[in-house]
Amino acid sequence: MVFALVLVLSCLHWLIFLFLCSAEYPDLRKHNNCMASHLTPAIYAKLCDKATPNGFTLDQAIQTGVDNPGHPFIKTVGMVAGDEESYEVFGDLLDPVITERHNGYDPRTMKHPTDLDASKIHSGQFDERYVLSSRVRTGRSIRGLSLPPACTRAERREVERVVIDALSGLKGDLTGRYYSLTQMTEKEQQQLIDDHFLFDKPVSPLLTCSGMARDWPDARGIWHNNEKTFLIWVNEEDHTRVISMEKGGNMKRVFERFCRGLKEVERLIQERGWEFMWNERLGYILTCPSNLGTGLRAGVHVKLPLLSKDPRFSKILDNLRLQKRGTGGVDTAAVGGTFDISNLDRLGHSEVQLVQTVIDGVNYLVECEKKLEKGQDIKVPPPIKQFK
Amino acid sequence: MPFGNTHNQMKMNYSAEQEYPDLSKHNNHMAKVLTPAIYDRLRSKQTPSGFTLDDVIQTGVDNPGHPFIMTVGCVAGDEETYEVFKELLDPVIEDRHGGYKPSDKHKTDLNPDNLKGGDDLDPNYVLSSRVRTGRSIRGFCLPPHCSRGERRMVEKLSNEALDSLTGDLKGKYYALKNMTDAEQQQLIDDHFLFDKPVSPLLLASGMARDWPDARGIWHNDNKTFLVWVNEEDHLRVISMQKGGNMKEVFNRFCTGLTKIESLFKEKGHEFMWNEHLGYVLTCPSNLGTGLRAGVHMKLPNMSKHAKFEEVLKRLRLQKRGTGGVDTAAVGGVFDISNADRLGFSEVELVQMVVDGVKLLTEMEKRLEKGQSIDDLIPAQK
Repeated sequence: MVFALVLVLSCLHWLIFLFLCSAEYPDLRKHNNCMASHLTPAIYAKLCDKATPNGFTLDQAIQTGVDNPGHPFIKTVGMVAGDEESYEVFGDLLDPVITERHNGYDPRTMKHPTDLDASKIHSGQFDERYVLSSRVRTGRSIRGLSLPPACTRAERREVERVVIDALSGLKGDLTGRYYSLTQMTEKEQQQLIDDHFLFDKPVSPLLTCSGMARDWPDARGIWHNNEKTFLIWVNEEDHTRVISMEKGGNMKRVFERFCRGLKEVERLIQERGWEFMWNERLGYILTCPSNLGTGLRAGVHVKLPLLSKDPRFSKILDNLRLQKRGTGGVDTAAVGGTFDISNLDRLGHSEVQLVQTVIDGVNYLVECEKKLEKGQDIKVPPPIKQFK
Repeated sequence: MPFGNTHNQMKMNYSAEQEYPDLSKHNNHMAKVLTPAIYDRLRSKQTPSGFTLDDVIQTGVDNPGHPFIMTVGCVAGDEETYEVFKELLDPVIEDRHGGYKPSDKHKTDLNPDNLKGGDDLDPNYVLSSRVRTGRSIRGFCLPPHCSRGERRMVEKLSNEALDSLTGDLKGKYYALKNMTDAEQQQLIDDHFLFDKPVSPLLLASGMARDWPDARGIWHNDNKTFLVWVNEEDHLRVISMQKGGNMKEVFNRFCTGLTKIESLFKEKGHEFMWNEHLGYVLTCPSNLGTGLRAGVHMKLPNMSKHAKFEEVLKRLRLQKRGTGGVDTAAVGGVFDISNADRLGFSEVELVQMVVDGVKLLTEMEKRLEKGQSIDDLIPAQK
């Protein structure tokens, strides 16, 4: 009898809750993003009064997706994490979003492999008549500090302090210096622009609606080594973005420096009692769910004037698990047949695996271009096996 | 349901000094007033709905301002903001509203019979007349802070009240998310449609969240009385018409507002108002009357006169371009309106506009004839 009463009361409580939350449930009928695809009224009701220990809420996590309905052709993620715990507390929404975005990777059952051993890479030198530059980037978050959508000014400044303190310990070819956005001279600013290193306050509403541009340019800056081959962005879209790059086609060396630099930075922050956000199921934790796992984008600028006009180009890229962008980066157009080609995947494959995929894929693309130059025919390669 | 607030919990782990914003390059009212000591005393506070000091000032931190134009740099998230954060907001209000003190009382007067004249502004010079204000519904958070549920309730209650208007005030509501292409085009042609704000001053305050949910435009069939719902404030109320009959515009304005207020009261709701701040709105610059009464008028000669700015200042008027705030004048046509909002009643402000526009018209006519206007220069009001 008591049990029945308790059952009825808890159903009633849930129904009242559902009713109250339904007044708050966002109108997603015109939306096309991963968050909108998975945020049912029931999930909203379950999560709407929850908060992470730092106080980050569901409404904050989804605000960017509510404010930016998306595009019929481009499916954006539509939500962000405010801290490491977001991925647990809002797991009922984030897990299916992650699975959709990362091609079937199920964070509830799968483990993500991390592998930063660059010695495993083979054939990592491209034909430099075609490949103009090589680059690998990722992000890292400092455990214990909130992420850009949620951080306070003091937390953001703490991130800056921890990171530049660690970077000042880098030696040899990694020796470098920090340029704070609030303090750089005009001359330094111009140099950074000429080097294509300077980042500016984001204008994309996808980013600004998440709250990550608050207090700009406080505690934001750019660090790079003297050789300009290793670069770190502080407090832009993530705590840190780490970039290794050079002109030409020596991807192996770029990746080697990348791994070495990352491991050295990690050692230096650990010496001071800090660590990166990482776990077995999601790999490295970053602000946007699309950057989980490795957070890695390895890419080249490569000349493919003939191949890019071939109707099979998109299919070839797809099967090789590659994506194309213009040479200005995401959302830009290709200029003069030169493309930015990089890996599609981020999560469920290790860094070594992804970079090898790019190397093998770009080598194949260059071979295709050479064949087309000679008037020979090319083949669409079989698709690389996924875990779906 | 109160809107979630992250930051206060984390902030208190750090000292006030560590959290204090860098305002060294800033020029807005908030930055002038917010000392580290004030920040320290207010940072642990929040209103009952959870609005914090950092929420109040975010727009002013994100928008350093301009050397010539002094923006306010802070907003209210609810009615209680003006109490809880008075140590910051009172000096901001005093600075912005010509020395208005925390102990001053604001007079509300929406009796159009008290306006003298105003039905005869010269139509050769005055092209159109307009009066606008804002109103907030007590008990609901303001646009920077409201939840979707609250915003929808504001829309619902406003619709119920506006639906009950009759006579020449009878009209229709157009929700931003439901309007047809034809309706949208008509509203654009009528210059009624408002769009998602692009100004970083507004966006940084959070008032554009969830756009266009629960936003819309109501107007009467005659297109002379217009209400914006959930744009920068809960309600913006506008009375307007072509020509120079400001008295008629103000009549309709007062009648409409009074009627809307009584319709809300019938349902158990009232507007945010108190004796000291008058009508409470999102931006401290709109407190008191929230009223901007203005005309579009031709002043091709006067506007080139060396004393134009000085005359406007003495008349307590301001000029804008015909696109509204932050636009340029086109073809010598200016938007001339009252500079004040708080510390004067609605009737007093409209009177200033009526009297001031008459004087400007006189001056323009003299200058057309090549005559001097020196004897017409007014004393400071």
